[in-house]
Amino acid sequence: MATTTATATTAPKYWGGGKSPFNVEYGKVMMWYFLMSDAFTFGAFLIAYGTTRFSANGWPNPNLVFKSYPFSGENSNAPLVFVSIMTFILIISSVTMVIAVQAGHAMDRPKVVRNLIWTIIGGLAFLSCQAWEWTHLRLDEHAWWGMNPFNNSNGTVGHQDFTNFFFTITGFHGFHVFSGVIINIVMLIKTLRGDFDKRGHYLMIEKAGLYWHFVDLVWVFVFTCFYLI
Amino acid sequence: MEQHTTYTDVTHADTHGGGSKEIRKVTIILSVLTIVELALGIMMIKLQMPDGSFEKDLTKGVIVILMLAKAFYIVAYFMHLGHEIRNFIMTVAVPMGLFIWFIIAFLADGNSFKNLRNEYNPEYKARTTTEQAPKEPVKESEKKAGQQ
Repeated sequence: MATTTATATTAPKYWGGGKSPFNVEYGKVMMWYFLMSDAFTFGAFLIAYGTTRFSANGWPNPNLVFKSYPFSGENSNAPLVFVSIMTFILIISSVTMVIAVQAGHAMDRPKVVRNLIWTIIGGLAFLSCQAWEWTHLRLDEHAWWGMNPFNNSNGTVGHQDFTNFFFTITGFHGFHVFSGVIINIVMLIKTLRGDFDKRGHYLMIEKAGLYWHFVDLVWVFVFTCFYLI
Repeated sequence: MEQHTTYTDVTHADTHGGGSKEIRKVTIILSVLTIVELALGIMMIKLQMPDGSFEKDLTKGVIVILMLAKAFYIVAYFMHLGHEIRNFIMTVAVPMGLFIWFIIAFLADGNSFKNLRNEYNPEYKARTTTEQAPKEPVKESEKKAGQQ
């Protein structure tokens, strides 16, 4: 490392050139800045949803809309159950990703592989759940873009944008989960081939991890806004 | 490129932290926060809190604060931003501060739009706040029309 001489009393000179000023690899900095742009995209969508909801006199009650789960039959009344399962799946997949990154720091390839596989399984499980939710809403409830069969909680005809926002925002999020799963699969293949051992570091896994945690973070906001409040 | 070699400095693990204990601790914190959020959500349902009531809005406010706490833990510990150099943390956190203005301004705007529209468009207000009979499913009315 550069600062091994007797400059222990002064702060490291990060801005003198020849060294990353933030002591962070370029790719990681760029991933963070991309995530910031994506955060503004999702933020804009969610704030648009909030603005529309605040400007409306009536809005459907999510607990009356989202109340079933697979194999529950026609007359289920279990609000928040299915979405809780989806949330925990994503959180646990984030934990396995953190463990994979940590294993990468220790150059422990088998552990990286194991935890990447768990993360991918978690991502696929989440996508399956979301696909079921969309299918149920479309086929059983006849809800879609431009189709809102649910009345507002004040008894009036359901606000058109309820379903528009739901499918758009969960669609964008689901697409991010899907691309995240693809990225993780590519990372897994590269790990199995020994590409990172050859490089001498697992920094790519760390960057993929940032993207995956971002996906989890967005879900925290989406699930709270649509299902809880 | 010459610069590539300096990046190898950075790869030697600069994570002071991020050990297994910390991961377990943060996982438990996130799980507990999620469970509390869900419990509050269920409480809102079971107690049948009326829309627009103070207790319901207060509960929603608490849920939002818990959500922000979860966001903090994910970003600081899972994404390791908390272990980075302070100036780097600032380049990420300060622009996110724009959200504070963004959210307040737009929600206030939406609310104002609703109030003004209700005031100047009584037909809209009557149509969207009065109880109405629920829409009939399209198939049935089409069926009836077809039979005639």
